[in-house]
Amino acid sequence: MNANEGGAAANADRNPYLAHHFMDKFQQDDAVKMGMWLFLVQELLFFGGLFMAYISMRFYYPETFLQEAMAHLDWRLGAINTIALLTSSLTMALAVRAAQQGKQKQLVPLLAVTAVLAVVFMGIKYFEYSHKIHDGLMPGIFYAGESLSAVEAVNHAPQIFFSVYFMMTGVHGLHVLIGIGLIGYLMWRATKGELNEDNYSFVDNVGLYWHLVDLIWIFLFPLLYLVK
Amino acid sequence: MSPQTANTYAHPEGDLTPEVNYINATKGIKSWLLTLDHKRIGIMYLGTILSFFLVGGLIAMGIRAELFTPEGDLFTAATYNKMFTLHGAIMVFLVLVPAIPASIGNFILPLMLGQKDVAFPKLNLASFWIYIFGAGFLVFTLINGGVDTGWTFYTPYSSDHASGSVVLTLTGAFILGFSSILTGLNFIVTIHKMRAPGQTWRKLPLMLWALYATSVIQVLATPVIAITLFLLIFERILQIGIFDPSMGGDPVLFQHFFWFYSHPVVYVMVLPAFGVISETISVHSRKHIFGYMAIAGSSVTIAAVGFLIWGHHMFLSGQSELQGAIFSFLTFGVAVPTAIKNFSWIATLWKGSIRWNTVMFYTLGFIWIFLIGGLTGLFLATMATDVHLHDTYFVVAHFHYVMMGGTLFALITAIHHWWPKMTGKMFNETIGKITFWLAFIGYNLTFFPQFVAGTQGMPRRYHQYVPEFEVWMQASTIGSFIFGLSLFIMLGYLIHSLFKGVKAPHNPWGAVSLEWETATPPIEHNFHGLPVCTKGPYDFDEIEEVA
Repeated sequence: MNANEGGAAANADRNPYLAHHFMDKFQQDDAVKMGMWLFLVQELLFFGGLFMAYISMRFYYPETFLQEAMAHLDWRLGAINTIALLTSSLTMALAVRAAQQGKQKQLVPLLAVTAVLAVVFMGIKYFEYSHKIHDGLMPGIFYAGESLSAVEAVNHAPQIFFSVYFMMTGVHGLHVLIGIGLIGYLMWRATKGELNEDNYSFVDNVGLYWHLVDLIWIFLFPLLYLVK
Repeated sequence: MSPQTANTYAHPEGDLTPEVNYINATKGIKSWLLTLDHKRIGIMYLGTILSFFLVGGLIAMGIRAELFTPEGDLFTAATYNKMFTLHGAIMVFLVLVPAIPASIGNFILPLMLGQKDVAFPKLNLASFWIYIFGAGFLVFTLINGGVDTGWTFYTPYSSDHASGSVVLTLTGAFILGFSSILTGLNFIVTIHKMRAPGQTWRKLPLMLWALYATSVIQVLATPVIAITLFLLIFERILQIGIFDPSMGGDPVLFQHFFWFYSHPVVYVMVLPAFGVISETISVHSRKHIFGYMAIAGSSVTIAAVGFLIWGHHMFLSGQSELQGAIFSFLTFGVAVPTAIKNFSWIATLWKGSIRWNTVMFYTLGFIWIFLIGGLTGLFLATMATDVHLHDTYFVVAHFHYVMMGGTLFALITAIHHWWPKMTGKMFNETIGKITFWLAFIGYNLTFFPQFVAGTQGMPRRYHQYVPEFEVWMQASTIGSFIFGLSLFIMLGYLIHSLFKGVKAPHNPWGAVSLEWETATPPIEHNFHGLPVCTKGPYDFDEIEEVA
């Protein structure tokens, strides 16, 4: 096969979404998808550090984690948030499908629902955070809550639970915020008609990112809210 | 074996030394700073990395000058602490990690694959600017009073007690991590999805196998240091208490986190070096590389096993003895693939037609130095001897032998080997060879005495020492100044070659990997059309003539 000639002949009717250094759209989409998966792998390892910190601290202070979580985290709010994120993952998946099939009329509303659910999630998170800050349940030296038991007050453990809680949910919340930004950008591109069956890699990749954010929450929820 | 004659990439007539190439295709500073061309990004990386190497190197000269006498007469103890911290941080995060992949790797990876660019050119440029942004933090630390934690940032010293701009340094290192991840991601996708037609995995140059293994480590290990530094920043600001024992945290946990990244990252530094040597030793001894699959496989094996041995940095941290024994055993395991590489290189030389040029000198210098560095690693991997040797100059000498002697000598080898391709000019061989001897002798004189001082018990990181060690420290200081001088001479003759050098032919070494098929210097989009790869990267023409 002579790729020299093939490349030159294909130039005339070259896909406008095809970057110059790829042979064809298939190669480009393949590369883009793989790049995204690798990015998700590094995200997993990034969160892996947080989960490791959780495991260690819970191993050191099992009673504290149990008591603090039961006393101060409301599993009902966590459950609502879980439902919100899971549903948003569904609408995101439907949005990807709509983009792949070129159904422009469905794409923007589906993205909008996804974004709204994400905002709901962050709203509840804001409510939870401000409640804890009000009670002085802060990480580190800023901890000013009442200790649940005498042992805890000695070994400083309650603040560690809230350190872990705020770091894990904070980093996750940051990812949700970034996700909202990306979905907003997708909506803007979609209204201009730029996301269609010829060019849906970006929707696909934001979708993958969004599922990962969802997946991490699926682990955070039981680890923090449902400790028994 | 008749059909395997040449790679079917025919140049348009007279196109091998083109008037318009990637260097002069567009003009102006903006055309460089905002370029998406992997070759220009590689050159910018190289320039920046070498500039930081100069900064880190000058600090090292200061450290050596202080240690010339046993008394602490040149700097105060506090200044000395800041100097070795910044020397370490700059050399590790700004120089060694990106040294070969981001500069030389960026330049040659798409060329070796017969492609026009890496998979994500914009990400490549972003990665460069993230690197500059992160580097800015470290430079700002330098002028903002410095930091004295050591480049390892151990808690609780870094979180509670250290003075200075700890948060700035941590933020810089955190940001630099993303640059590293993005480069690795880009390379993996490019090697997987964008090879020239006919270029199977078994026809990949070993440099690419090495860069591939490197990239895997970058993607898998760097996020862990990112979250570690992130937590440490919050530990420092809010005292969240995950690593700080006075708040209920666990400082050994920090060491586990830190070395989970920082051990694999030594393979990020040295695997590309192995790749470079595999290329140069084969090309300059005119012989097919011995044990192609063994070398390729050992790169991947080192990357994999490298993740399982971080605990050998922590034999005396209070981890359990069983844990220590397992880490020790696995550490010996990583010596096996490394030895496979060394034996394969030596076997490649056997009955080869060896060219005694500058590149070959540095290649052999690398093997010599890395052999010493590797073997002394075994002393440290043995728990019983490590108790005696840890935190002495033996450790300092060991990691300078593998990191500086390994990675830096390979970077110099790579710069010389691909210099004609990158610049279109030849450097002066005679002065190159003389400089090699100066560098080689200076280097060994710097670090070999440190092994001796270390075994006699001289601790690292002290700015005063007992007079018994004076002779070793003075030899080391003299060596370091000879080595420094040789590097300046090298810089001089390389820059001289840019202006006065002989014009390089498109393939001065007679290599057969794809980067030598294109013009010198390469045109902006590397190749006209797409080259087709029909033969392996080490099937030299002479071999076929004999056959």
